[in-house]
Order: sequence, then C-alpha cells, then structure tokens
Amino acid sequence: MPPTASRLLLIGLVVLALAAPWLAPAYRTQISFLWVMIIFALTWDILGGQMGYNSFGNVVFFGVGMYGCAVIQRDTGLDYYPALCLGMTAGAALAVTLAAVLGSGLLGLRGHYFAIATLGLGFAAGEFASGWDFIGAGSGMVTPLYPGEVGDRESFFYFLLLALTVVTFFVLRRLYSGRFGLAINAIRDDEDKAEAMGIRTTLYKTTAWCVSAFFLGVTGAAVGNLIGFIDPRDVAFAGPTFGVWMVLMAILGGKGTLWGPVLGATVFHITQELFWTYLLGWQRVALGLVILAIVLFFPLGILGWARERWPERFGHAVEERPATGEGAS
Amino acid sequence: MKPILEVERVRKTFGGVVANNDITLEVPEGKIVGLIGPNGSGKTTLFNSIVGYHVIDGGSVRFDGREISELRVPRIARRGLLRTFQQTRIYGKMTCLENMLISVPQRDQTWLSILRKPPAADESKAEDLLEFVGLYAKRRLLAGELSFGQQKLLEFGMALMNEPRMLLLDEPTAGINPTLINGLMHRLRRVNEELAITLFVIEHNMSVIMSLAEYIYCLAHGELLAQGRPDEIQADQRVIDAYLGAH
Amino acid sequence: MSNLLIGAVFALAAYGMALVWGVMNVVNICQGEFVMLGGYTAYFLFKAGVHPLVGIPVAAVLLFVFGWLLYRAVIFRVVDKDLFISILATFGLSILLQQLANQLFGADVRTADAGFRTLFFFDNMVTVSVVKIVAFGAALLVGAILMLFLKKSRLGQAIRATAQNARAARIMGIDTGRVYATTYALNAAICGAAGALVAMTWLIHPYLGLPYTVRSFMIVILAGLGNVAAVLAAGLGLGAAENFAGFILGAEYQSAFVFALLVAILLWRRFWLDRTRGYLK
Repeated sequence: MPPTASRLLLIGLVVLALAAPWLAPAYRTQISFLWVMIIFALTWDILGGQMGYNSFGNVVFFGVGMYGCAVIQRDTGLDYYPALCLGMTAGAALAVTLAAVLGSGLLGLRGHYFAIATLGLGFAAGEFASGWDFIGAGSGMVTPLYPGEVGDRESFFYFLLLALTVVTFFVLRRLYSGRFGLAINAIRDDEDKAEAMGIRTTLYKTTAWCVSAFFLGVTGAAVGNLIGFIDPRDVAFAGPTFGVWMVLMAILGGKGTLWGPVLGATVFHITQELFWTYLLGWQRVALGLVILAIVLFFPLGILGWARERWPERFGHAVEERPATGEGAS
Repeated sequence: MKPILEVERVRKTFGGVVANNDITLEVPEGKIVGLIGPNGSGKTTLFNSIVGYHVIDGGSVRFDGREISELRVPRIARRGLLRTFQQTRIYGKMTCLENMLISVPQRDQTWLSILRKPPAADESKAEDLLEFVGLYAKRRLLAGELSFGQQKLLEFGMALMNEPRMLLLDEPTAGINPTLINGLMHRLRRVNEELAITLFVIEHNMSVIMSLAEYIYCLAHGELLAQGRPDEIQADQRVIDAYLGAH
Repeated sequence: MSNLLIGAVFALAAYGMALVWGVMNVVNICQGEFVMLGGYTAYFLFKAGVHPLVGIPVAAVLLFVFGWLLYRAVIFRVVDKDLFISILATFGLSILLQQLANQLFGADVRTADAGFRTLFFFDNMVTVSVVKIVAFGAALLVGAILMLFLKKSRLGQAIRATAQNARAARIMGIDTGRVYATTYALNAAICGAAGALVAMTWLIHPYLGLPYTVRSFMIVILAGLGNVAAVLAAGLGLGAAENFAGFILGAEYQSAFVFALLVAILLWRRFWLDRTRGYLK
C-alpha cells in the first residue's frame, strides 16, 4: 500500500471510530469491546506473531491490571477520577512487574512448553483469585459507581479504550520498525542463530512481554470499570474465552503483521456478536467450530494469505541498484 | 604474532563417546587457519566448544588472552568471536536487508538503544556488504526464499556486519556452486586482509583449504592428528591414511 | 486410599496422552473431554440397567470408534503441522465437545452409583469404599491390557515403530495413516474407560475435562514419553500431592495448586537443563 493511501485509511478509520457513538449509539458498548479485542490481538501478537512465543497466559496481565486498579479504587478513598488514574497506573505497574518476573523464568522455555506453561499460568491465576478473600474470592469485586449521568460512563470508557487502542497501535508500529522489531523477528525465525550473533535474547524477550503486559494491564483496569463487576474466572482471568480469543484473532487476521490482529479482531468480534444474537445457547458450540475452522483452514490468516499470494505488494521483489555499482563477484 | 585464540587440552564427551580429546591448538591474530578431518572427527564439536554452545568437560579456551570457556554463546559473540553454521542459519521470514540490519554489533547496545530505529549508517553499510557478497538485488526478498548457496553468502554477510575480530566458518564452500567457489575464496581473503578478521575455517574441499590457509590442523577420532603448513599436511602419511580409512 | 485411585485414573489418561504425543507429535488438549464422554456413556448405560463394570468396556469401544472418526475428520490435518497448531485445534475440539455435552446432556452433576458397600477398619478410623478398590483394580487391568497390546501385537509393534521414526516406518511398508488413526482411537478408548471409572466412583458433568487434561500433561512432563512405570508413579504421586495440598492450603486453593505445580515443574526442568545449556524440547 502506498504511504499516502495508508495514512488516509488510518485517518478515515480514526474519524469513523470517533463518530461511532453518535452514528450507532445502541452499539456503543459492543464497539468498546471491539477496541478491547483489538488490543488483545495486538498485544498477543507481540510475542505470538512477531517473536514466535505462543502465549495462552497473557490474560493474566489483563486480570492483574483489573484487580490492581479495583483494589486501589476500593482502598485509597480518593475521588473517582484520581483513584481511577492511580489505579490504572498501579494496575499497569503490577502487570509489568509480573511480566518481568515471570518472563525471566518462563521465556527460557521453548516452543510448546512455553504455550503449556502459560496456559497453566492463566488457570492458576483464575483459581487463585477465586480463593483469595482480599479480592473478594469467588464472588468477585464491584468497581465504584461512575459519577455522572446514565450513559456517560459508557461514553467515557468508549473514548478511553479507543485512545488506548490508538496508542497501542502506534507504539507497536514504532517498536516494530526499529531494532526491537528486527530482534524479536530474529528470535522468532531462529533463536539459536540470534544468540550466536550476540543478541541479548533474554532482554528482548522480557521487554516484549513487559510491553504486552503494560497495555493489557491498563486495558484490564479500564474494562473492570466499564463492566462494573469483576468475576475472577469469567472476566478477569478468562483463559478459555479472552485468553484463547487473543490467539485466534491474531491468527485469523495474520500473525506477525501489524494490521492482521486489527483485522482479525474486527472480523472475529462481529462474528461473535452475531453468534450471540442469533444462536442463543449454541453460541459456544459455534465458537468451538470457528476455532477449528480457523486453525485448520486459515493457519496463515487473512494478511498472511494475501502476502503469500502477492509478495510484490508487500515489497518482496528483486530490485537492482540504480547506479552502476561495482559487483564484487 | 600473538595468538588470538588458544585452545588448551579441551575435552568433550557425549555420554560415553569422546568427541574431543585433549585438543590443543592456537590461531594467530590476523591469519587464516584451517581445520580438517574426516566426517565425525569432532570438528564441529570443537567449534561448538569454542563458542560456548555446550559446557566442555575439561581444558580451557582463551580468546584474546581471556578465558571464555565459562561464558555462553551471546557473551562470547559480543566479544568478537563469531561462528557460522554448517547447516546455514538465517532468519527465513525476514528480508535480506533486515537480516543484515539486526546483525549489527551488539556490544554497546543498551536497553534504550534497542527501542530506537536503526541509524541510516547501518543501512548503507548493510547495502554495501550485500553488494560485496553479491546479494544486493535480492535485498528485499525474504531470506528463506533464497537458494542454499545464496543463504550461505547472506550468512557470511551477516557475520561481517557484526564486525567480529575472529570468524569461525563451518564449511563455507559446502553446497555452493563450484563456479562460485573462486569468488568466495577471493572474498574470504579480502575480508582477512582488508577488514583484518582472523579466520578459522572447517573445510572438506582440500584444494580450497590448501590454497586459503596458512596453517592447518587435522583431527581424527576426536584427537589432534597432525598440524603444519599446507604442504606439510599434504605430505603427511597419517592424514592421508585417516582420510582413506574413513571412506 | 482415595488418592491412590485418583492417581490411577490420572495415570490412565496420561498414558494415552503420552501415546498420542510420542507417536503422532500431537498434544491432545481434548483428553479430558474423552474422559467426560466415557463417563456419560457409562452413566446412560447404567440408567438403562447395565452394571457400571460392564459399562467400562462398552465405553472404551464406543470411544474407540469416536476417536477413529475424529482422526479421520480432523486430527489427520494437524499431525504433520506445528505442535502449536495441534494444541489450538484440539483446544477447539475440547470447547466443542464440552459445549455439545452441555447442550445435549445438561449441566447437572450425575453419577452411576453401583451400590458397592463401604468397609470400615480399626473402629471406623479407616473407611474404604469397595467401589474405589474395584475401580483401582480395573484401572490397573486396562493399563496392563494396553501394555500387552503394544508389546505383543503386530499393530502395537507398528505403533512403536512409527513412534521411533515415522519415515522409516513408512518406507518399511507400514501404513502410518492407519497407525495414527489407531493410536488416536486407542487413546480415546483408554480415556473412555477412565471416564467410566470416574462415573461409577465420583460425579460427572460436562466441564470435568480440563483438570484431566492438565494433570495428564503434568504427568507426561514429569515421567517422559513411553515409560509406563514412571507414568503410574507420577500419577499416584500427583494424586497424593494434590490431596495433601488441598488439606494444607484449603480446598479453595487445590486447583490453583495444581496449575501452579504445572508451571513450577516446567520451570524446574528448564533451570535444570539450563545448567548444561540445554533446552526443554
């Protein structure tokens, strides 16, 4: 895509997103969750797509951010907005710290062992939260009431999550275009080679997970307040739903690309909402079928398929040096 | 001239199999030294022992006068001792240019600099080196789509991008089209002379190693069998027997 | 006593998982759902008047057929793919099966109580229900039959040959597609039998699968692929450790403990291997 067209598309999408609450007020919350889904897919793809470490446990950072924020809001006694700000910061800090600690151990696991360990991590967090009385155990936590008119809360969090999505997208775009992106791609393609070239793989891997955890932590804090109620297994540490959806959305759109997760999340979220509306009761059966179909028939994803089909469009073409260079052979 | 690499009584066993037994050798700075031996004589194992790929069971490895046998692969690489792989290894899903850009020296990189964009100087250096190995036109292609020989050249270019002081090359001419071998040898010599990179080369192609190296070590059955100048090695009856016996 | 039985049922499921993993290089996440389906088979047979002990072989046979069909429909597509693909695909299957069971059988908790007695020893200090002893014996019997089959029968030998080197086996004229289908079906059958045991000793419900999958996985990681004695020992040990943890930490943390233990085991293996600069692969 030429740069100007890409920029126009981006601006158009942002304008559309800003106008959406007035265009389709009835779907405000659903679209808010679309932003959440896009953040899920984008942050999963940092490790899963760009670095080759398939994590089923990223939802832990989401949940930790959510609980961290809710505890601050409950216990500091501040007004709503200061408490929310502090809570989001604390939630993010907690998530990043956790990622740094866990990462130093878990990121030394390779291949499917990492996937399974993170799967275990996700479930352990959910079970642990359901047992811990300080955060409400199995009955969960309720976040403070939003101080405003009915409907204001939805608008506030709509724009907050939209802003988060945009920031996530641009931060990742910036990171992927620099050394960081190159290094984690190198780790994905051949970690032994990357080590043999002297790359500080552990530093890069841990940083990548921390970036992922940061955005998930902030998002978790916001989502806890949007929903208003935190259930340990179904909202915060929802491994079998959110945790797996992240993976699926990124794969569906094309993992290892910037736009793939955005595209995948959009398609998946709309499909999911349609299931919910038209297949009541059977929506989760349909979900299982969708997972199978994506994995079996679309392992490359939409953008991955397009890149396979038209490599030149993605810049992979033979290109001679314009000036007559001195060939060494 | 003082040796840049000193390997002293290095021993490595896998289970009961002795892959390297009491191997002692040294590589003088700025030279090209060869390592030959029949298949299974422990050449690649010795390379792996030197660059820290596995723990050695005994002996010492010194690079530039400092002990490195306790260090791991990335740290040794950052000190300027780099290796290429027999089964060529490149980053297949990245373009050739990206392969080069990420191969810059990692010595002075800090946590902040990894978040930065690669400077323009890196890019022009990468393009020059790609031109040097003859891959400039393919720089926007995915490295995994190159032929085996081209991947080998790319790996060589990546190693140069890393500005090592010494390069361990594991069979640089294996799998390369015979008509291109002379060009590759020419490049190896230029790298040695112009960039002052010491080369330590495993090679099966006798005519290549005899004309390239100034000094040659020969391994057989995990032990050092012979050493000397190429003409001495060529005349050494033990070396001839080892090769004939192995085939 | 009860721990021992739990361990034996885990060991059965784990052995099936190790079989599929070792032979086909597929990590079967829907392992627990096979146990659940086996349990429902035994339950419905029991409702129809069949004794639960008879339900065990019937569940095994039905699940064998089910596993075979599943292989031919889905699993054959992921055999030669990346392990991550097989994990995701079988995870999808797991959601599908558990939700289908929920829709068709309802979310109620059920049991096939065969009416065995409970024995009391030492003035009621120790109580042992006969059903658990019977089930433990049955679990061991299923394991023994399986081992004999793999060791002695031609098909068993073909399975072991394929596990060692699929390409060589193919060149030697072994129909690896059939071997894979049989292996997968066999695994389903083992889980089915285990499920029937669960139905007659405890309770079954559509969502019981996941713990069995996770525990199977832990046992396999601990014991390695293909070592039957180690699988049994790890299964029994895990059963005991879990009950002990439930006792010490409180029942609400028992599941958390299991999952945390999984992570801990993997980390321990990783740091152990790291000393020799090796990787868990």
